[in-house]
Amino acid sequence: MSVDADAAPMLNSSSSDQSSTVFDLHDLNVYYGSFRAVRDVRLEIKEREITAFIGPSGCGKTTVLRCLNRMNDLIASCRVEGGIRYHGIDLLGADIDPVEVRRRIGMVFQKPNPFPKSIYDNVAFGPKIGGVKDKATLDEMVESALTKAALWDEVKDRLNSSAMGMSGGQQQRLCIARTIAVQPDVVLMDEPCSALDPIATARIEDLMQELKSDYTIVIVTHNMQQAARVSDRTAFFTAEVNPESDIRTGVLVEYDATEKVFSNPSDQRTESYVTGRFG
Amino acid sequence: MTAVQGDLDVFTPLEASLTRSRRTKNLLATLWMGGSLVVAWVPLAWVALYLIQNGASSFSLEFLTESIPVSSRGFGPGMGPAVIGTLLITLIATVMAVPLGVLGAIYLHEYGGKSKLASTIRLMSDVMTGVPSIVMGLFIYTVWVLAFGLSGFAGSLALACLMLPIVIRSSEEMLRLVPDELRQASMALGNSKWRTILTVVLPAALPGLVSGVMLAVARAAGETAPIVFCVGVVSETNWNVFVGSNTTLAAQIFANAQLPYPGAQERAWGAAFTLVLLVFVLTVAARVITNRFSKKRGGA
Amino acid sequence: MPTTTTPPPTVNSADRGRALLRRPAEERKENSFRFLTMGSGIVVLAVLALIALSTTSRSWDAFASQGIGFITSSEWAPNRGKFGALAFIYGTVLVSTIALVLAVPVSIGIALFVTEVAPKTVRKGVGYIIDLLAAIPSVVYGLWGLLVLAPTLEPVYESIGGAVGEWPVLSLFFGGQAYGKSFMTAGIILAIMITPIITSLSREVLLTVPGAQREAALALGATRWETIRASVLPWAKGGITGSVMLGLGRAMGETIAVALVIGSSNQITTELFSSGDAMPAVIVNEFPEAADTHRAALIGLGVVLFGITILVNVLARSIVKRSERRLGV
Repeated sequence: MSVDADAAPMLNSSSSDQSSTVFDLHDLNVYYGSFRAVRDVRLEIKEREITAFIGPSGCGKTTVLRCLNRMNDLIASCRVEGGIRYHGIDLLGADIDPVEVRRRIGMVFQKPNPFPKSIYDNVAFGPKIGGVKDKATLDEMVESALTKAALWDEVKDRLNSSAMGMSGGQQQRLCIARTIAVQPDVVLMDEPCSALDPIATARIEDLMQELKSDYTIVIVTHNMQQAARVSDRTAFFTAEVNPESDIRTGVLVEYDATEKVFSNPSDQRTESYVTGRFG
Repeated sequence: MTAVQGDLDVFTPLEASLTRSRRTKNLLATLWMGGSLVVAWVPLAWVALYLIQNGASSFSLEFLTESIPVSSRGFGPGMGPAVIGTLLITLIATVMAVPLGVLGAIYLHEYGGKSKLASTIRLMSDVMTGVPSIVMGLFIYTVWVLAFGLSGFAGSLALACLMLPIVIRSSEEMLRLVPDELRQASMALGNSKWRTILTVVLPAALPGLVSGVMLAVARAAGETAPIVFCVGVVSETNWNVFVGSNTTLAAQIFANAQLPYPGAQERAWGAAFTLVLLVFVLTVAARVITNRFSKKRGGA
Repeated sequence: MPTTTTPPPTVNSADRGRALLRRPAEERKENSFRFLTMGSGIVVLAVLALIALSTTSRSWDAFASQGIGFITSSEWAPNRGKFGALAFIYGTVLVSTIALVLAVPVSIGIALFVTEVAPKTVRKGVGYIIDLLAAIPSVVYGLWGLLVLAPTLEPVYESIGGAVGEWPVLSLFFGGQAYGKSFMTAGIILAIMITPIITSLSREVLLTVPGAQREAALALGATRWETIRASVLPWAKGGITGSVMLGLGRAMGETIAVALVIGSSNQITTELFSSGDAMPAVIVNEFPEAADTHRAALIGLGVVLFGITILVNVLARSIVKRSERRLGV
């Protein structure tokens, strides 16, 4: 294996204890124009685990999540400072292509957003843009992704009907299938169940447990029970309000094993939030 | 509205507070508004009546295909050369204006946004829709016809200039209707921006784009003034749009309307009926597509 | 391409790093596409600039030989090399004014009827009528105007002229010899053509009036008309003015219908039933036979027309934009 000169500078001197770290965030600050939305976030996200970001609205949890696959690049006024290392690579580096980043770090959104195409075309979309042309390979990839997303049995007879005709829960599982069809390394989920009913939510949660063996998952949720149920680690964010300007800035309060965060948090603010004594 | 009036009926004393003059004014205003609608119906019905009376009777398959009689005094079909000319010239104009217009709209909505350049282009497209067709005709005359002579293609150029701003503005509206979530979903799958636009945004906006294009085509197909300068008016079929004069339905209507012969006028009505039929089909189809499209978007 | 059934293989950092690197080829495509779209947008600016440039340069001959007389003289005699367009400018202004006087009350009436009075089911039908009126090509209106409307109106004009007789002010406008092909007929045809434009634009403006505005007036016991006067019209004033001006711009540039029914006579008169001429009509009627300075003069008329319509359009758009900004729409 040879490391070429371009790639070398951004590689961390990867030591063995970091091999299970997927993301290493240090002193992450996110600005919208001159307004700082997130301040000094430090955390490490481990491989093949589910990490949950929880906190009240406006605490910056979604903003941090969207930094991880550089979706914030799409917002013109947004500026990210600090470091995000992905397997030791500086994700914010000038020579990193955000398009390639997103191919490896997929994202599922709050509102199901299938394309107005057939079910098949939705799932095949990612592989196709990745250059897969062979019909048999595509068929196999579609089936595999739909199977992993626990949707295959429901839709195998109507792959060519429009995705817009599915229920909300099915649409969201389709979006998950679409995401894993490109064989990402990480799946980011931004409140994936907030638009779904409890039964559909339970199915997605089960699905996350199954996907965990293959993928690193980071989920933003406003639902503490959900975080407690599904995640291995939990990061609690809150918003600090500047009393003079009334500007809210998101900060990371606590990051630990989920069980610890919910049963015995080390920060008083976390304690208040998880026990429901927080507005 | 009815609820309010109902209440007033119950409390008769309140009704007395509505003075006679206030009520009269309200009645007059309502009559004006309703009456305006009736007034607008009159010309439409009147034009339609004559089109059907004089145009539909001479309209037939023969009328569409037969050549124009050499002597304009005579009766009889047809308008074949004009039908061919209209289709050819409009088609070529569409082929030029639509890609340019859609790409321009992509710039405005997907890249330019609120930038100075995009705002200027937006304003100038609006202004360009207001440029009279006769000015477009003169423009193409000065830059093309003076150098290369009259031809169907010169007419296409003028019509393309008229269509371009319409296509840009309607396409931008349609791109605006495509939800941002679709763009994000595509980007999150590792699709580059230009591929996202081509593979996700354009297909999603397609029905809307098509209906906008149809309206622009409808507008262009009926244009007369630029045809008179740039294409000329002949009565023979000319399949070669690049060389020599050509003719369209609109130009034939203009020419024949001014002739004192009943036969020529009859052909003018027939051509008008054909043209209006074409334009109405395009307009109604565009409206149906738009309605369905916005309903689907609204429900999604 | 790895097969689908296996999870992503563990890769070392160096490989991952390289995989995430920017790809110049891809970036070139991205940039090319962006520039392609930008270029397409710029075509609009280029065409407008080119229109101004080429038509002005091709008509320079006429401007140079006629001087200010081009717009201040009404002597238009191609065989004697005289090109004074005042009568045509006057005609354009006159027929556009007639068109506005007739079309504005009707258009605003329909727009108000649709937004304030009519039930939802009627709205759609009205929308179709307006669309169809707008879709009829101007040459068809011209044909109908020439062969149907003008002959029908001529006796009407005559009887109005007879009734008005020697009345002081009215005879100024309605007296004189009455022709079917006249300023008035051209104005009526134009009114029919711009009504759908003004109506649909005003309707859009009226739809932006917040329901709370209406409710505020209704809650004070206002009648429907009082509500419109007090809250709807003030709110929509700027937008309606803009749409009227856009209608005006269309009326001034309209060629074919006017050319067929205005009567083609070079004269300045206040008598609406007499025949006259307008800039676009002169261009289209004389252009096929014109050469040299005559042609340059006709292109010059186009330049004047272009200038006026651009001015009216820019003004209309800025009025609309300003009122939108003021109301925070």
